[in-house]
Amino acid sequence: MPTREFYGAVLAVLALAAVTRAQAQSPYGIGRPATPAEIAGWNIDIDRDGNNLPPGSGSVSHGRKVFDQQCAACHGAKGEGGVGDKLAGGQGTLATPKPIRTVGSYWPYAPTLFDYIRRAMPQNAPQSLSNEDVYAVSAYILNLNGLLPADATLDAKTLSAIKMPNRSMFVGDPRPDVKNPACMTGC
Amino acid sequence: MTEPTDVDNDRALTSRRRFLREGGALVGGAVLAGGLAGSEALAAGDNADNLPPNVPEWMKTPGDPMGSQPYGTPSPFEKGVIKNIPKDLPQYLSASGRTPLQDLDGIITPNGLFYERHHGGVPTIDPAQHRLMLHGLVDRPLLFTMDDIRRFPSQSHIYFLECSGNPTYTKPYGKTASDLVGLLSCAEWTGVSLKLVLQEAGLQAGAKWVVAEGADSAAMTRSIPIEKCLEDAMLVYSQNGERLRPQQGYPLRLLLPGFEGNMSVKWLRRLRVAAEPTYSREETSKYTDLMPDGSAREFTFYMEAKSIITRPSGGQRLDTPGFHEISGIAWSGHGRVKRVDVSVDDGKSWQEAQLQEPVLTRALTRFRLPWQWDGKPAVIQSRATDETGYVQPTLAELLAVRGDNYHYHNNAIWPWRISADGEVSNANA
Repeated sequence: MPTREFYGAVLAVLALAAVTRAQAQSPYGIGRPATPAEIAGWNIDIDRDGNNLPPGSGSVSHGRKVFDQQCAACHGAKGEGGVGDKLAGGQGTLATPKPIRTVGSYWPYAPTLFDYIRRAMPQNAPQSLSNEDVYAVSAYILNLNGLLPADATLDAKTLSAIKMPNRSMFVGDPRPDVKNPACMTGC
Repeated sequence: MTEPTDVDNDRALTSRRRFLREGGALVGGAVLAGGLAGSEALAAGDNADNLPPNVPEWMKTPGDPMGSQPYGTPSPFEKGVIKNIPKDLPQYLSASGRTPLQDLDGIITPNGLFYERHHGGVPTIDPAQHRLMLHGLVDRPLLFTMDDIRRFPSQSHIYFLECSGNPTYTKPYGKTASDLVGLLSCAEWTGVSLKLVLQEAGLQAGAKWVVAEGADSAAMTRSIPIEKCLEDAMLVYSQNGERLRPQQGYPLRLLLPGFEGNMSVKWLRRLRVAAEPTYSREETSKYTDLMPDGSAREFTFYMEAKSIITRPSGGQRLDTPGFHEISGIAWSGHGRVKRVDVSVDDGKSWQEAQLQEPVLTRALTRFRLPWQWDGKPAVIQSRATDETGYVQPTLAELLAVRGDNYHYHNNAIWPWRISADGEVSNANA
C-alpha cells in the first residue's frame, strides 16, 4: 500500500512537471502567477462603458455631504474650482475664446468620474473613500452639472448609462497637421 | 488638481535667481567663456591674487580628502544651476519643474536636473515591497519582483523625454530656454524591452492596448497602443547608469520613446492588456487638445520635431561683438533629426547647422553654427527637420491650424532677440 511519503513524492514530481511546463511556455520562466484575488485587489480600472464598476450605490444628497467634507476645500462648494479644477458649468464654451473645461462641459464618459475619484481623490488621502461614497460624490458632481436629478441614486448600471454632452466631440490625431515650407533664402 | 499649472505658472526665473546664477559663475572665473559676459567675469572677480603671474591659493594647500563627498555633487560655484521650479503654483503635488537647458552642454541631462512632472507627489517606494502585475488579455497573469525584472535580458538606449505641454500657445511666454521648453530632458535608460515581458505572459488574441498604472497617489493611468509596446517601449530601472531617482519613478518606470512624457508612467505597478483604451481621466479630461470648433483631439501621442538655441538664449548676454558659437538641441518623437537650419537675420535666410554625432533616434541632437556677431540687433532661431521630412513650424503656422485653445504639443520655432548691448530675450514675448 502506498505510503503518505509516496504520495508526497508523486505530488512533488507532478509539481515540478507543472513548473517545467510553465517555463516551457514562458521564454524565461521569470515571475510567478498573479492570483485572481491579487488581481482583483489591484485592478481598479473602470473603462468608459463602466466595466469593473463595483457593487454599491450612492445618492446625490449623500454625495453633497461627502463633497462638502472631502472636496469643497479645493474644488469649491459648488464645484466652481479653487486650488483644484473647476468641476461644473462651462457647457457651450468649448468653441469660444474662453473655453471652460469641466466634468459637464468636457468629460466624454461618466464612469471615468468613478475611476478617477476612487484612484486619486481626495488628493490628501486617495483610495480612502468607500465605493458608496465614490458613487455618491460622482452623483453630486453630475447633479451640479445638470446631468442628474437631485433625488437620483447612482450605481454601476445607472452610472454607465449616462451619456455625457461632449461625448461625440473627441477625434483622433490627424498630425502632421502643420506644414512649414522650409524656406532657405529670401524668406 | 490643476493640470495646466505646469505650463501656465512656470514663468521666467526671477532676475534675482539669474543674478545669483551668473554671480556664482563670476566668482568661479571665466565659466561663461566664449564672450558670454566674459569680461564682466574678470572685472567682477576683483581679486587678481589668483591670476597670473601669481600662484592661485588652491595650489598652495591640499584639497579636500578622498571621501569628503561619498556621493559627488557639483562645484559650489555651480550652485545656481538647479531645476527651474515656479514659485507661484497653487499647489505642488500635481506640478512640474524644468531642466535648465541653457546651462547644459551635450545631450545628456544630469539626473539631478532631469525635468519632473508628477500628478500626486513623489512616493517613497521600498523596492523590496514593489511588485509589477501583468494581467488582462494574457495567457499567464504574472507578478514580478524588482529582482525578477532585473533577471530579464537588459538593454540601454539614449532617449529624450518631453512633457506634452512644453510650452503653451498663449502669452506671456517665458524668458529663458528653460521657461519655454525646459520640460525636456534626455538620458541613457537601462531596463528590459516591454515586448519581452509581454511575451513572458503570452499575449492573447484581441490584445490592442496596454493600460499602465503608477504606484503614486494619483495611480497615474494611461493606455498605450500595443504596437508601441512591441516596438521600442522599455521597463526602465536605471537612468544614466544609476538606479532611477524617486522623481523619475524609482524603482520602475515605463519609457515610451518619442511619446508625450506623462505616458511613460512612473512608479509602474500594473500593466493590464486590453482590447480598448481605459479612457482614464488623464487621456480624456487632460492631455487632449481643444480645436477652434470645440472638438478635441485625443490619443495625441507623438512629440513632433522641435529645436531651440540654448546658447545664446534668453537671459544670457553677449558682452562683445565677434565670434560666438550658436548651439542648441533638436529632437523628434518620430525618429532621427535629419538637419537643423539656423537663421541669424530674423528668418530672412537660413543656413544648415552642424549636427554632433552620433545622431540617435528619439534622442536629443546637439547642433552648432559658428557665428560672427556684428554688434547690431539680431534675431536668431533654429528649425529642425526629422527623418520623415517633417519641418518644425513657426508659432504662427501652428496657431493658424490649431487656434490658441490648443494646449499641448507646441513644437514652434522660438526666436531669440539680441539687442545692441548683447542682451538676449524672447523675440515672441
